[in-house]
Amino acid sequence: MNPRMMIATTRRVLEQLRHDHRSVALIMVVPALLLTGVYYLFENETLPPGFPRTFDRVGLVMLAIFPFVVMFLVTSITMLRERTSGTLERLLTTPIHKADLLFGYALAFSIMAALQSLVATAVAYWIFNLDIRGGPGYVVMIAVINAVLGVALGLLCSAFARTEFQAVQFMPVVVIPQILLCGLFVARDHMNGLLESISNVLPLTFSVDALQQIANNSEATQLMWQDAGIMAAIVVGVLVLASFTLRRRTA
Amino acid sequence: MTNSASGSITPGIPPAVAAAGLHVTRGRKKILRGLDFAMEPGRITGLLGPSGSGKTTLMRCIVGVQRLTAGTMEVLGRPAGTPSLRHDVGYVTQAPSVYTDLSVEANVRYFGAMHGASEADTAEAIAAVGLEALARQRTSDLSGGEFSRVSLACALVSHPKLLVLDEPTVGLDPVLRAELWERFAAMAASGTTLLVSSHVMEEASHCASLLLLRDGLLLAQLSPAELSERGHSNDLEQAFLHVIQETGAASNRRAADESQVAS
Repeated sequence: MNPRMMIATTRRVLEQLRHDHRSVALIMVVPALLLTGVYYLFENETLPPGFPRTFDRVGLVMLAIFPFVVMFLVTSITMLRERTSGTLERLLTTPIHKADLLFGYALAFSIMAALQSLVATAVAYWIFNLDIRGGPGYVVMIAVINAVLGVALGLLCSAFARTEFQAVQFMPVVVIPQILLCGLFVARDHMNGLLESISNVLPLTFSVDALQQIANNSEATQLMWQDAGIMAAIVVGVLVLASFTLRRRTA
Repeated sequence: MTNSASGSITPGIPPAVAAAGLHVTRGRKKILRGLDFAMEPGRITGLLGPSGSGKTTLMRCIVGVQRLTAGTMEVLGRPAGTPSLRHDVGYVTQAPSVYTDLSVEANVRYFGAMHGASEADTAEAIAAVGLEALARQRTSDLSGGEFSRVSLACALVSHPKLLVLDEPTVGLDPVLRAELWERFAAMAASGTTLLVSSHVMEEASHCASLLLLRDGLLLAQLSPAELSERGHSNDLEQAFLHVIQETGAASNRRAADESQVAS
């Protein structure tokens, strides 16, 4: 690892994004707009007194899912471009370490993700009065870990796609099962045994679990930290796998 | 088949690049079929041959991104692909490999950062390819020739000891082409070793030594003067065709056709 090369990579990736105003706008605004949609979708629900609004449950989980989905897409396309344009091969003839490249990417996109979830979380709290016990800081933290997970999976999946079209097709394969099984639609203990055991090993499950911990407790619980720790370990594992797909020497 | 006169290595000086029994097979196709040669340091060596003759694969072997099937490749005294060589070897691929959504300056600065290059190095590399006026332009807005010069600047910024250039003058106008060759000559004079591939035979005259490649075999290593002598023509293209016909008796017709296409 060489911090100078890693930071240079982060700067370069952010600079590439900076020139792309439309993507930056989409990254920042779309989650907040979708959240607004969710709010009005459940606006007229009738609830027994003392019962939490659906928005408090679904809106919270969506805060964590957006950065995951968006960063997965952005990263897999950007990295695929890097692989097909010859810049990756060229970079790997320089002294850069693979970890500098991967962590440089991860850092750049987590900065974007942090900004994105700050906007989305602010909208949820201040405009729609998201009612949970825990603090917004923890929500943003989980959102950023999710974003880095999206980045790591995107870096890995880009190795298995030859075109941008194929890269986009990985989203239904990698992302949607995790959204379906994370506990957003059906509580995980109500799933059948097979689905529940699949759900138990999917990374997004841990972040939804962590968010529920934040929603139900005013202080950070040990379980939340444990979930966050497991997520971080998965991220590092996926990044290591991704580094095996960067080959300096090919046949 | 190697000609060992002035086109090849001077005894006593360790070569910058030395290949022995170099074979590369991709799938069932034999790309390089046993190459032996050495490149003298501080000189421009031209790599010439028709398209499909294995020029790019040979360059990939030298920069250490190509897996060898057999044989050895030594670069600056170390086996090709040794991590420490990544500081000393610059590679410019045939298709310009730069970030199209970044400015010229940002591209050169990024590749420079891998070698600890300063802002002055960045400015110098951009000036060397004559793009000072366009330094802040986005690379995607440049013309084809300007675009390929950005790629070259990204290699120059690290001041490599060995610079490997795959068809660097394709798509450049004659004035720029002459300027680049002057630049290469100046680099060689200050001690840089250059390997430049081309299929434009007239450029061969700028090189101190030529490697003639065909069908993965080294036809000859000689100087441009020796090439005109051996090919009985002052026109290097005619001379090259003659050498091919002379050496390629086995597959003569196809060879001539191929080099016609390539030139």
